[in-house]
Amino acid sequence: MSALDTAAQVRAGQRCALDVVEESLAAIESRNADLNAVLLVTADAARAAAASIDRRVAAGEPVGPLAGVPLVVKDNTCTRGLPTTCGSRILNGWRPPYDATVVRRLADAGAVIVGKANMDEFAMGSSTENSAFGPTRHPIDPDRVPGGSSGGSAVAVATGMVPVALGSDTGGSIRQPASFCGVVGVKPTYGRVSRLGLVAYASSLDQIGPMATNVADAAAVLEAIAGHDPGDSTSIPEPCPPIGAHLGDGVDGVRVGVVAELMGDGIDPAVAARVLAAAEVLAAAGADVVEVAIPALRSALSAYYIIAPAEASSNLSRFDGVRFGLRVPASTTPEMYERTRSEGFGAEVKRRIMLGTYALSAGYYDAYYATAQKVRTLVLDGFAAAYRDAHVLLSPVAPTTAFRLGENTEDPLTMYLNDVCTIPTNLAGHPAMSVPFGHAEGLPVGVQVLAPALAEIDMFRTAAVLEAGGAE
Amino acid sequence: MSEWETVIGLEVHVELSTATKLFSGSPNHFGGEPNTNIDPVTLGLPGALPVLNRSAVELAIRAGLALGCTVQPSVFARKNYFYPDMPKGFQISQYDRPINVDGSIELPGGTVIGIERAHLEEDTGKSTHVGSGGTRIHDADYSLVDFNRAGVPLLEIVSRPDLRSAEDAKAYVSELRAVLVTVGASDGKMEEGSLRVDCNVSVRRPGAPLGTRCEVKNVNSLRSLGRAIDYEARRQIDLIESGEAVSQETRHWNDDTGRTQTLRSKEEATDYRYFPEPDLVEVDPDPAWIEEIRSSLPSLPRERRHRLVDELGADPLSAAIVVERGLDRLVFDAVAAGGDAARALNHARNNVADGEADRLDAAGFASLTTMEADGALTATQAKTVLAELIAEGGDPAEIAARHGFQAMDTSELDALLDSLIEAHPDDWAKFCAGEQKVMGFFVGQVMKATRGQADGKVVTALLMGRRP
Repeated sequence: MSALDTAAQVRAGQRCALDVVEESLAAIESRNADLNAVLLVTADAARAAAASIDRRVAAGEPVGPLAGVPLVVKDNTCTRGLPTTCGSRILNGWRPPYDATVVRRLADAGAVIVGKANMDEFAMGSSTENSAFGPTRHPIDPDRVPGGSSGGSAVAVATGMVPVALGSDTGGSIRQPASFCGVVGVKPTYGRVSRLGLVAYASSLDQIGPMATNVADAAAVLEAIAGHDPGDSTSIPEPCPPIGAHLGDGVDGVRVGVVAELMGDGIDPAVAARVLAAAEVLAAAGADVVEVAIPALRSALSAYYIIAPAEASSNLSRFDGVRFGLRVPASTTPEMYERTRSEGFGAEVKRRIMLGTYALSAGYYDAYYATAQKVRTLVLDGFAAAYRDAHVLLSPVAPTTAFRLGENTEDPLTMYLNDVCTIPTNLAGHPAMSVPFGHAEGLPVGVQVLAPALAEIDMFRTAAVLEAGGAE
Repeated sequence: MSEWETVIGLEVHVELSTATKLFSGSPNHFGGEPNTNIDPVTLGLPGALPVLNRSAVELAIRAGLALGCTVQPSVFARKNYFYPDMPKGFQISQYDRPINVDGSIELPGGTVIGIERAHLEEDTGKSTHVGSGGTRIHDADYSLVDFNRAGVPLLEIVSRPDLRSAEDAKAYVSELRAVLVTVGASDGKMEEGSLRVDCNVSVRRPGAPLGTRCEVKNVNSLRSLGRAIDYEARRQIDLIESGEAVSQETRHWNDDTGRTQTLRSKEEATDYRYFPEPDLVEVDPDPAWIEEIRSSLPSLPRERRHRLVDELGADPLSAAIVVERGLDRLVFDAVAAGGDAARALNHARNNVADGEADRLDAAGFASLTTMEADGALTATQAKTVLAELIAEGGDPAEIAARHGFQAMDTSELDALLDSLIEAHPDDWAKFCAGEQKVMGFFVGQVMKATRGQADGKVVTALLMGRRP
C-alpha cells in the first residue's frame, strides 16, 4: 500500500497508526538481519508517536498529510537524543541534542520514524560497503550491493520495511541506490530542503531527498520536508510548489532531451536501452524527444572529486576527539587527534580527506580547487544551453545495474565512475530523480529525469508518465 | 637609532558589541561561568549551520565607514587548522573579499595611517593550560577549554605599514579605539580582551626597501605594545649590525622578561587552506542601508579635534586630550553660554577628571571662565572654585566669595612690590642685572604676603615692567 493511501486511511480512522507502525517494525525484524539496512530501530519512540496520532484522530484533531506513515531516515540526519552515526566509528556514543529540520517537518506531517538507515561512512561511497557497521545487501541478490551511499534507505523501501525513506545525495547517493533497488529516489534543487541537522559531507552539494515505492509518495514526502528554513543560509527563500497536484499533467508538448554524453562509452548497453525505451514512452505520451549535447559533462566527475573532498576535508575536521564522539587518548593533543582520527575514520573517508586537503593546499589550490570551480561553472553553462532546447533531460542513473559486493572496492576510480551520470546535477544544484524503469538481466534499472533549478513539477510529471508506462 | 627606521603595521582584533554571536543566538558577553554561552553552532556539533548575525554586519559597516573604508560585497572563507579551542577545525573569516577596504585614520598629531582592510571573523574559545611546566600548551599536564568566547564577532583591522615608532603605534591604537567606541562598534576594553593587537615590525635604512618583518603576538596593553616594538626593533638592528639576517617569523612578547621569543618560523607556518565557506552566502549589503548607517554615524574624534582647533583656537595637543577625554561637548557648551574658550579648554585639559563632566553644568563652568578672564579670579583660585563646583555644584561667584577670593588690584600689588624692593635691595639689584631666577623669589614673596591670592602672571608682568 502506498504511503498516501496509508495516511488517508489513518486520517479517516480506518486504520490505526500504531498497527501500521507495528507492521513496519515486524518487517524490519524479519528482514534486517540479512540485509543490514537499518542501524537503529526506534521502536519505543515510534509506538509513542503512532499512539499520539491515533489519539488525535480519535479526538478529531488534524493530523498531517503523512499521518501514521512509517519511515527511516539516513543515519547522517540528526535525531534528538538518538545515536546518529553517519556509518562511522568516530561518532561513537554521540547523541545530537536536536532534530534536523527535515525530522521536525516529518513529525509535523504525521510521519513516524521507525529507524536510522545504514550508509557509506559520511555518505562517501556508491555501494554502502563503506559503513563501519557492515555492508547493506541488495534485496534481490545478497551478493550484490544496493548502491550507495543511501543504500540502507533504498533497501528499507524496496523490501517493504517502510513505504518511504529519506536519503541524502551529494553526487548521486539517493538516485544510484534507488536505481539499483528499483525504487523512486529524488535529489531536489539545492536549497529546496534544509540541510540543518544533516551532517555535512560536501556542503555545496549535499541535499536531502525522498525515496519511495512510487512517484506520488516521493512528491508527498518532498512537499513535507521542503520549503525555506532560516536556519540554513543556503535555503531557497520561497515555499515548495504543490508538486503532487501536477502529477497527472502528462508530457504533451514537453521537450525531452536525451543527454548524448551519458549514453555512450562506459554505459552498459542494456542500461542505455532502458533510457531509450523511456524516451519512446514519453514520445508516445506526446513529448518531443531530442538529443542534446553537453560537452562540459565530460569534466564533471573530475571536478566533483576535487570539490567534494575539499569541502569534506574541512567539514570533517570537527571530528577531533575534543568535544564529542570517539576519543583515543594519547599523551599530547596532536597525538590524540591523530589516533582518534586514524581509528575513527575508515579508508574511503581518509582517502577523501587527503585528496581534499591536497587540493586546497598552498601551491595546488589554483591547479585543483580553483580549476574545478571553473569546470563547475562550465557545467552550469552547459546545462543552461541544454535547457534552451529541452524542458527536462533524460539519462541513465548509473552506468550499470547493481554490482557485486567487493567488485569495485579495490579500485576507487571504478567506484567513482559509478557517479558519472548523477554528479553533474549536484554541481549545477539542479533537481534530478531516478524512476524505476524495468530490469536488465533480472536487476532493476532506473532512468534519470533531470530538470532546471526549481523545476521539480516538470521533473515529477515526466516521472509520473514513465512510472505509468514503465512495464517491460 | 637615528640611522635606522622602524616600520610597523598593526593587526587589531576588536570584539563587536553585539547582543549575540556572529553565527548563532548565544549571548556575546565577557565573563560568566565557563561553557555557559554555548550552543550547537558554537561547539561545531555535526549538523549545525552558521547563520550570519545582521547586527554584526551593521557594526562592521559602522566601523568601516568611520575609518573611511569602502564597503564592498564580501565572502566568508574557512581558515582550516586544528586547535582544541577551535571547535570546527576551521575559523570562519573573510579572506580575499573583506567587507571593508582602503581606509585611513588620522592620528591626533596629524599623521595619516592607511588601513588596508577591516574584515569580519569569529573568535576562538579560550584554552587554559594547567601544569607544573608553565602556562603554554607544550608544558601543560592538561588543558581546559572555555567556548564562551568562541563565535564572538571580531573585526580584524589591518593597517598599512605606515607607522614609524612605538609612540605612533600607541597613538594609532588609542585613536582606533576612540573611533570604535564613538561609533558604538566595540567597548574597546583592552583589559578584557575586547581589543587585541598583533604587530609586524621591521627595520631598514631610511629610503631602503622594507626589511624582513617579524610578527609579535601577545601584546596586551598599550604599554606592552610600546615596549615590544622598541625591543623588537632593537633586536633586529643588533642582528643586522652584527652581520646576521632577520628571519621572518612569529614571535611571542613576554611582558615579564621584556623580550620577544620565537613562536614559529616561516617554514613552520600553517597552511590554512582557505576556501569559500559553502554554508554561507555572499554578504551584499543594500547601498541604501550603507548610506543609512553612514548618516547615523556620530561626529568622530578627528572631526571633533578639528572643530576645537578651528572654532576655538585650541592647540592640537589640547584638542587631542580634551576629545580623548570626551570633554569637548562641555567646552563648546560653556563657550556657547558666554564662557572664555581658552580658559575652558585649559580647565578641561588639566582640571576635570574623567567622568566629572556630567557633574558640571555648562552655565556655571562658563561663568567661572569669565570671572577668571575678567581677573576676578586668579588661575589658582579658579581651580579651587572649579573643584568645588564639580564636587558640590552651586554658583562660582558664591563659592569664590565664601573662600574670600578676590582678585588683587594692580595698585595694591604695586605698593607691595615697593616695600619688597626696599626690603631686599641686593636681590633687586641682581634681578635688574638680568638674573632671571631671582624673579621666582619676588613672586614667591608676593604670594606669601597675599596668601596666594595674587595672580602670578600679573606679578611677573609688573616685575618685568619695573626692570630698567
